[in-house]
Amino acid sequence: MSVLDQNAIDINPRISEAEVGDYIALLKPRVMSLVIFTALVGMAMAPGHFHWVLAITSLLCIAVGAGASGALNMALEGDIDSKMSRTANRPIPRGRITRPEAMAFGLTLSFFSVMTLGILVNWIAGGLLAFTIFFYVVIYTMGLKRWTAQNIVIGGAAGALPPVVAWAAVTGKVDVEPLLLFAIIFFWTPPHFWALALFRSDDYARAGIPMLPNVAGPDATRLQILLYTIVLIAVAAAPWALGYFDAIYGVVSLILGAGMLVLAINVYIRRERSQSLRATRKLFAFSILYLFALFATLLAEVVFRALAPMVWGA
Amino acid sequence: MADKPEPDGIVLTEAQKKSRRQRSIAIALALGVLVVLFFAVTMVKGPAVLVRPM
Repeated sequence: MSVLDQNAIDINPRISEAEVGDYIALLKPRVMSLVIFTALVGMAMAPGHFHWVLAITSLLCIAVGAGASGALNMALEGDIDSKMSRTANRPIPRGRITRPEAMAFGLTLSFFSVMTLGILVNWIAGGLLAFTIFFYVVIYTMGLKRWTAQNIVIGGAAGALPPVVAWAAVTGKVDVEPLLLFAIIFFWTPPHFWALALFRSDDYARAGIPMLPNVAGPDATRLQILLYTIVLIAVAAAPWALGYFDAIYGVVSLILGAGMLVLAINVYIRRERSQSLRATRKLFAFSILYLFALFATLLAEVVFRALAPMVWGA
Repeated sequence: MADKPEPDGIVLTEAQKKSRRQRSIAIALALGVLVVLFFAVTMVKGPAVLVRPM
C-alpha cells in the first residue's frame, strides 16, 4: 500500500454538527446588544438627516463587525476558555465548532461588515469599524490580554468605539460629542471588568490571564475600581457640563454616578470573602444597568429635542 | 443474493445532515439580506450611489 493510500485511510474527517445557534453564540449576542445600543445613541446624537435605510445598514454592519470580533476572540482563546467556568460552555470548548471554523467565520463577517459599511455608507465609518475589529482582536486579544494587567483598560477602547463609528456613518467625520461617549465607555470598562475579575479571580488564575486582582492583589484592585469610578462620574457628567446636553441628563448622570460610587465604596470597604463577593457582584450588575440607563437618557433627550418642535410648534 | 453495495465516500448522519441544512439556510438568508441591503441603499441614494469620493 502506498503512503498516499495509508494516509487516506488514516484521515478521519470531522463533519461538523454545529447548528446556527452555535454560530450565533460565537457572536457574543449580549455584548453585541450593548454595542448596537451605544451605536444607536451615537447615531441619534449626530447632526443632519440620515435615511433610515442607511441607519439600519450602519447598525447592522456595526453589529456584525462586533460579532465578528467576538468570534475571532473565541477562536484565539479556545485554550483559555476551556479553563474558565464562565466561558467553558462556549461553542469551541464544548467541541461544537473548531477554532479554524470560528476563525473563518469571524474573518468572513469582518470582511463583509467593513466592506458593506464602506461601500454603502462611507469609508470613514468603514475604516473606523476595521480599526475597532483590529484593536479588539490583535491589540487586545492577541497582545494585551495575556501580557499586562492593564489589558482591559487599554482594550476598553475597542468597546468604546461603536458610537464613534455610528457618528462617522452619519457625518463622515469624528467630533467632540462621540468622543465624549467613547470616554464614558472607556472609563466605565475598568470598574465593570475588575468587579468581574474580583469574583472570578480563581477562573482567571487557572487560565493564566494577568488580571489586576491576580497581579496586584484584590486590595489594589478595589482602590483602582474606586478611582476609576470617580473619574467615570466626572466624564459621564461632561456632556452636560460642556453644554451638549440639558440639566436633566446632568442630574440623571450624577444620580447614577452616586449609585456606582456607593457600590464602589462598598467593594473597597468589604474585604471579608463572602461580603466582598456580594459587593463585587452588586457592582458588576449595577455597572451594566448604569451604562444602559446613562445612554438611554442621552437617547431620550435627543428624541425629545427632535419631537418637541412637532408637538409644541417650532 | 448479493448484498446491497456500500455507498462510496463519507455518509452523513441524520444530525450532520440536519445541521448542514440549517447552516445552508442561514447562509442563504444572510446573502438575501445583503442583496436587499445593496438594492435598498441604491434606491435611496439614487444617482449619488455612483459618486464615490475617497
